[in-house]
Amino acid sequence: MKKLISAAVALSLTGFVSMASARDYISVVGSSTVYPFATVVAEQFGKTSKFKTPKIESTGSGGGLKLFCAGVGVEHPDISNASRRIKSSEVERCAGNGINDIIEVKVGYDGIALANSKKAPQFKVTRKDIFLALAKQVPDPKDPMSGKLVANPYSTWKEVNKDLPDMAIEVLGPPPTSGTRDAFAELAMEGGCKKIDWIKAMKKKDKKAYKSLCHTVREDGKYIEAGENDNLIVQKLEANKGALGVFGYSFLDQNSDKVQGSLIDGVAPTFELIADGSYPVSRPLYFYVKKAHMGKIPGIIEYLAEFSSDKAWGEEGYLADKGLIPMPTEERKAFKSDIEAMKPLKL
Amino acid sequence: MNNQQQHQKTMERVQQGLDRRYRKERHFRWLGLGAIILGLLFVSFLFITIISNGYTAFQQTYVKLEVFYDPEMIAPIGETDTEVLSRANYGGLIKASMRQMFPEVTNRREKKVLYGLISTGAAYELRNAVMSNPSLIGSKAEVWVVADDDVDMLIKGHIDLRLPESDRRIKDNQLGWIHLLQEQDRIEKRFNTTFFTAGDSREPELSGIKGAIAGSFFTLLICLTIAFPVGVAAAVYLEEFAPKNRWTDLIEVNINNLAAVPSIVFGLLGLAVFINFFGLPRSVPLVGGLVLALMTLPTIIIASRAALKSVPPSIREAALGIGASPMQTITHHVLPLALPGMLTGTIIGMAQALGETAPLLMIGMVAFIVDVPGSVMDPSAVLPVQIYLWADSPERAFVERTSAAIMVLLAFLISMNLLAVWLRKKFERRW
Repeated sequence: MKKLISAAVALSLTGFVSMASARDYISVVGSSTVYPFATVVAEQFGKTSKFKTPKIESTGSGGGLKLFCAGVGVEHPDISNASRRIKSSEVERCAGNGINDIIEVKVGYDGIALANSKKAPQFKVTRKDIFLALAKQVPDPKDPMSGKLVANPYSTWKEVNKDLPDMAIEVLGPPPTSGTRDAFAELAMEGGCKKIDWIKAMKKKDKKAYKSLCHTVREDGKYIEAGENDNLIVQKLEANKGALGVFGYSFLDQNSDKVQGSLIDGVAPTFELIADGSYPVSRPLYFYVKKAHMGKIPGIIEYLAEFSSDKAWGEEGYLADKGLIPMPTEERKAFKSDIEAMKPLKL
Repeated sequence: MNNQQQHQKTMERVQQGLDRRYRKERHFRWLGLGAIILGLLFVSFLFITIISNGYTAFQQTYVKLEVFYDPEMIAPIGETDTEVLSRANYGGLIKASMRQMFPEVTNRREKKVLYGLISTGAAYELRNAVMSNPSLIGSKAEVWVVADDDVDMLIKGHIDLRLPESDRRIKDNQLGWIHLLQEQDRIEKRFNTTFFTAGDSREPELSGIKGAIAGSFFTLLICLTIAFPVGVAAAVYLEEFAPKNRWTDLIEVNINNLAAVPSIVFGLLGLAVFINFFGLPRSVPLVGGLVLALMTLPTIIIASRAALKSVPPSIREAALGIGASPMQTITHHVLPLALPGMLTGTIIGMAQALGETAPLLMIGMVAFIVDVPGSVMDPSAVLPVQIYLWADSPERAFVERTSAAIMVLLAFLISMNLLAVWLRKKFERRW
């Protein structure tokens, strides 16, 4: 009996080790913003092909690329999703671990909405208003041209811009670990920051100071970090008419009966206006593929083909139904041919 | 006389104070009662919101279609090659059936909206039907297929029709078609078997918790097979054999400490040891079970030691006195008497492990996994992770599914805790 047990234990252990050395499904990690789109493709792929359904982990863009760049081999992921472009430091890290050829694929665009409850009037703001309302430091309101900075003194939207309603500034948004927050800071806040001439001039002289001025969000409780869960922000907006929330377009699309997107620089966050590029706060979404794994892990090439087919990422494709803003036809063609040629990324 | 007066005075003072003391006692009791009522209120609030949000998820809207299994679209009659059958255009059959029912819809955009009333899962249903019975090809049949999640939400009354059209997920033209279908009795709510037989999906109407339940089962299986024997052995050694010295004190303090360590720390440990050092794959129940075993070990050791301590020394002495060896004493007498207490502790530890997500985050079990895992080496999610993932999904229909999954998890937790209580009641011995 004892011998039997020890034999069984030994057998199962060797079994685990041998099983660990092979993987017959694709492993995907990365951004929680790309997750809802990648999962749809994965599911379609699993149901319509002879391959297993890829496994998709939601780790955030930075966490995903860290795992992705850890090495080549079955224990490392094949694909990493990102809601921003890969950084040169990450490419170096990859190269340091023997990953030299990475294929970059742009998935489409995602609009970031600044939304509030349907029960309150719709907001019409400019990016400059957003910057002035949310930055940690702003130009002195008494003499905005002097180049003097003060800690953000504004407590209502009316103080920021007299055309805006007399409501306290209260914005719910994602925490700094989120790619959505990075994109919001870069597109909305920096976009507004640049509108002030002397700050724009600063960019050439002292890029670091310029960036920290434009990207730093105030910490005095007017901007509330509401976690990575966009559904939670929608629920809080519904309960609090005075608050605005920052989240991705797909959540606005699904909850159009509860919340409304604010007009930014006069443009509403609608599918058409984000797609044609007139809505100012939209960003591209990417994923990165390890070339060394293509052909080794079954199904990667076919998964990429499914992702880049018109029925998935096309204008009428199923990803658009889930709230992804498709790329223009030309761009889609270019990325599709890059995928087919397995063209490695060059920064 | 003087003495009596004094006595009376004292009594008076006691009487005066007595009211105050009674009042204080009443207040003290009310305070305790208030705490209980407050707790119960919170619990009932939690249960009421979860159940009222989630009970509708156990039903699913179906639509009856007349489907013609067109040999031109599938395969010639008599074809049995599974490869050909599996790749046929079953979505086309459903579209054809919808077109036939609503011939007035011709505009390309409107057609797309019309097809959207039926879930994309319907095509797989037809495929499975044909593949299991190829003789269907060429025949006509009435088939109940799954409706899209937006239609489902409308039928369940989660869409407010008083809102202007632009704010609704269901537009006026869709509403017209749905009413038409309802008039012909082609729409029906049924028990949602998919919810219990399918894995995760990005389409709410096709998603289920079977994958998560299987993942939780395998994870707990590994956790139990490791934590229980190791925990009991450790407790027996510490309680029965170990000398009482500074080392055992140190071990005891450490075990008590570990029981209070935040669970995420065990996740980090698991990532470093099992995945990075031993090279086990990410997201598998084997690693999840190992991590959760580390987490529940202190709980099991502490409970098992308490159970061993409660066995009276007279039993040990009696056994030793009639000539049993220490091992016989323990295996024949002490362990059987302590086992109910150990099992109770283990079940409570398992229930705790069942509800854990934080350590699993680090080892990649927070992932989208469609295929239901079949072994401890298949990637899988667990129940609480499934709840977390659904709560974070944009589709409205996932709200009710989140609550329904919470109900399933609560049902498991309650039955495990009841089992623990029952075991204690049944086998508990008092000396």
